[in-house]
Amino acid sequence: MTALNFVGLLLARIAMGPDPDDGSFWMPPQVSTVARSVDWLFNFILAISVFFFILIVVVMVVFVIKYRRREGQQAQSSPSHNTALEITWTVIPVIIVIVIFFFGFKGYLDMATPPANAYEILVEGQKWKWSFNYPNGYVDENLHVPVDRPVRLVMSSADVIHSLYVPAFRIKQDVVPGRYTKVWFEATEPGEYDLFCAEYCGTSHSDMLAHVIVHPPGEFEIWLEKASNFLETMTPVDAGRKLFQVRGCQQCHSMDGSAKTGPTMLGVFGRTENMADGGTITVDENYIRESILEPNARVVAGFEPVMPTYQGRLKDAEIMAIIEYLKAPAGASQEE
Amino acid sequence: MTDATTVLTGDGQPAGPGQRDSYLNHGKGVLSWLFTLDHKRIGIMYLAVILASFFLGGVFAMFIRTELLTPGQTIMTADTYNKMFTLHGAVMIFLFIIPGIPATLGNFVLPLMLGAKDVALPRLNLASFWLWLIGASVAVASIIIGAVDTGWTFYTPYSTTTGTAVVAMTLGAFILGFSSIFTGLNFIVTIHKMRPEGMTWFRMPLFLWGIYSTAIIQVLATPVLGITLLLLIAERTLGVGIFDPALGGDPVLYQHFFWFYSHPAVYIMILPAMAIMSEVISVFSGKHIFGYRFIAWSSIAIALLSFLVWGHHMFTSGQSSLTNMIFSALTFSVAIPSAVKVFNWLATMYKGSIRLAAPMLYALSFLFLFAIGGLTGLFLGSLSTDIHLHDTYFVVAHFHYVMFGGTVIAFLAGIHYWWPKIFGRMYSERWAQVSALLIFVGFNLTFFTQFVMGSHGMPRRYYNYLERFTAYHQASTVGSFILMIGFLIMAGYLLHSLVRGERAPANPWGGATLEWETASPPPYFNFEHEMQAGDPYDLDALSWDPSIKGYVRRDPSSVLAAPRGAD
Repeated sequence: MTALNFVGLLLARIAMGPDPDDGSFWMPPQVSTVARSVDWLFNFILAISVFFFILIVVVMVVFVIKYRRREGQQAQSSPSHNTALEITWTVIPVIIVIVIFFFGFKGYLDMATPPANAYEILVEGQKWKWSFNYPNGYVDENLHVPVDRPVRLVMSSADVIHSLYVPAFRIKQDVVPGRYTKVWFEATEPGEYDLFCAEYCGTSHSDMLAHVIVHPPGEFEIWLEKASNFLETMTPVDAGRKLFQVRGCQQCHSMDGSAKTGPTMLGVFGRTENMADGGTITVDENYIRESILEPNARVVAGFEPVMPTYQGRLKDAEIMAIIEYLKAPAGASQEE
Repeated sequence: MTDATTVLTGDGQPAGPGQRDSYLNHGKGVLSWLFTLDHKRIGIMYLAVILASFFLGGVFAMFIRTELLTPGQTIMTADTYNKMFTLHGAVMIFLFIIPGIPATLGNFVLPLMLGAKDVALPRLNLASFWLWLIGASVAVASIIIGAVDTGWTFYTPYSTTTGTAVVAMTLGAFILGFSSIFTGLNFIVTIHKMRPEGMTWFRMPLFLWGIYSTAIIQVLATPVLGITLLLLIAERTLGVGIFDPALGGDPVLYQHFFWFYSHPAVYIMILPAMAIMSEVISVFSGKHIFGYRFIAWSSIAIALLSFLVWGHHMFTSGQSSLTNMIFSALTFSVAIPSAVKVFNWLATMYKGSIRLAAPMLYALSFLFLFAIGGLTGLFLGSLSTDIHLHDTYFVVAHFHYVMFGGTVIAFLAGIHYWWPKIFGRMYSERWAQVSALLIFVGFNLTFFTQFVMGSHGMPRRYYNYLERFTAYHQASTVGSFILMIGFLIMAGYLLHSLVRGERAPANPWGGATLEWETASPPPYFNFEHEMQAGDPYDLDALSWDPSIKGYVRRDPSSVLAAPRGAD
């Protein structure tokens, strides 16, 4: 019946074309310093498993065929226990699992111990968005890293538990509210790889994706400098749009007129809103600024006061850019 | 036993003149069932509601697999999908697989194997069933009042902040926990106090060892789940900060509490399955079980070790490297007793006289699937590989191979093994073979593909997925439909058997345990004589009697306690 499995898998592979992610039959490509040792252990355990699986199934099939019941024939007599044999097949697995444990632990220690000179990036998870905070204060929605340099991620969550997972690096670490968790890696191949949220976190859990962009030698610094200057190089409206996307605003505020967790930002500037406390307000620069810094001070009727504050997370110039973006006519906000 | 030669008529018909009394016709009407203290009727009622739960959980599973035919929306929204996988997990775990074997087959067979009239505490047994009904009703009510979208694990702080009916579902699980504790307690007392003459601890059928080990876990671990769920409810309703960091709590603490129960619970699920295996393999190989003591001790070892390994669910949670190391090492220790059992079962078949009847087909399926399930556990117990595989479809495939390929398949082996005893009817062997084959093929196609997509990085609980995983998902979905067809065929021939099945003899398979010494279906009082037990695997003591199409004891007096002889 394994044949049937493999027929199924084979069909699956044919349908997809060979090596959909440039990896092997079992694993995605190896793009970090630990990936090789993880895959080595995976293959080691796989070899042991295949050996024992074939042993069990072959013995089973042979016994079923050889000792199949025939008319009027009783079972042959054979001992109902054999202590030496039973101790043997207890001790052999013990030795095997000790070996597996040892290699697993050794590999894990390498994954858990970052080198002292690692480049540090702060990561924040929130429903359903990753933010990567570079040492110069720049924040991006994707993880950009230099190749061949240890990178350490210090991670926290704004709401529920998330988990940062990069299959190509073989790393995964939960991101827990109320504490910092850390993970490190050293990428070995420039390219673009997938980053998933691996801990279930609600409606758009499966869309909480990001890319890991591994830059070739020397190019990471150039990218970071260019990206960090977006407030200077872009128009305020474009910079505001970028911030609106990157900093998690659009997770709750749509640009198409539909209400999500928060009110839509389509044509919000100048609109008169009913407040939860009964009053009304006409949205202007000051109200937008207040809603970013003290979001739950005055909440639009019909919405829960659940937005986290951006106090200390956005600079004045960035807030100004977002306001300019929200002021811009709808056409400007639908370019992307 | 002359019962075996009596014409058997007990199939729910009133016991008129000339009809033999059986538990099925002893007392009529719905109330005679709902308030019965008879372990057999309680077992049947459990069987009915648990199979209904399995059907419900299966429907949710089919919705999940159908949705996953394409990336993005196929038939439902993301929120509905999230509720579907939560309900699938919660119903399958709490309503079906945890009570599954002990409450149905355990309830029916355990007192019979002891040659006893009933369990030690029949009222507690009925209370357990009623608690199950109440707990299940509360849990199912949560579906009606908005369902739950947390996953069956209810991880905080998601579960304390989501807007869905978490309190109702957890309250249901809390009540179901008590049902489970009552059943376990009852079985422990029964096995301690009601073994017949001649049945020392090491002459108990291995089924009883398995059920006994399970009961120990049920009684010791389930209260922790109860407390945890109460704390969760307290946090949600009263705002007491225990798990939510926004209230000063610790979300990882919840995971420790939850897995302190839920890992041992995995063994609540698999130990009874192993218990069935030991009976079926021996009887259908026509041979004494090989290495009785090793199998018995391995059940106890699994029960005890199961309490020490919960941290392996949390290797990526941020717990310390030292903690991870200890839990990884302890986790591997559980692999040993499972391996020992598999080798002993194989050795039992050596030089046997193997009959490929339906129960044995399922037992062989079990060996195949459980081998895969167990061996893939090695990848997950090992730290560095688990970091990559944790929370991917590799884990989903692994636990389905153990829980479905192991427990459900063994449950089916047990159902087919004891069906003639329970209902006094045989089923269609041919259709049983067809469905066993379809289930085996469908299962492997569904879940083996998930190993490969998991190791390629496909995370679990994903509504949407990257294009490159599409073919795996579609293969898996096709498998699930084959699986479904297999189960529908089974439902068909089993229902047919209830009405039209050939009458079953007392001992259709040649088992040497005491339940085969009474009629099929058993009379209300189980046995006409006080029984005594010999070696439960001395199959040579039985011989085939073609006139009744069943086995009879060569020396019927050997299992009768009082020297009265056969009547």
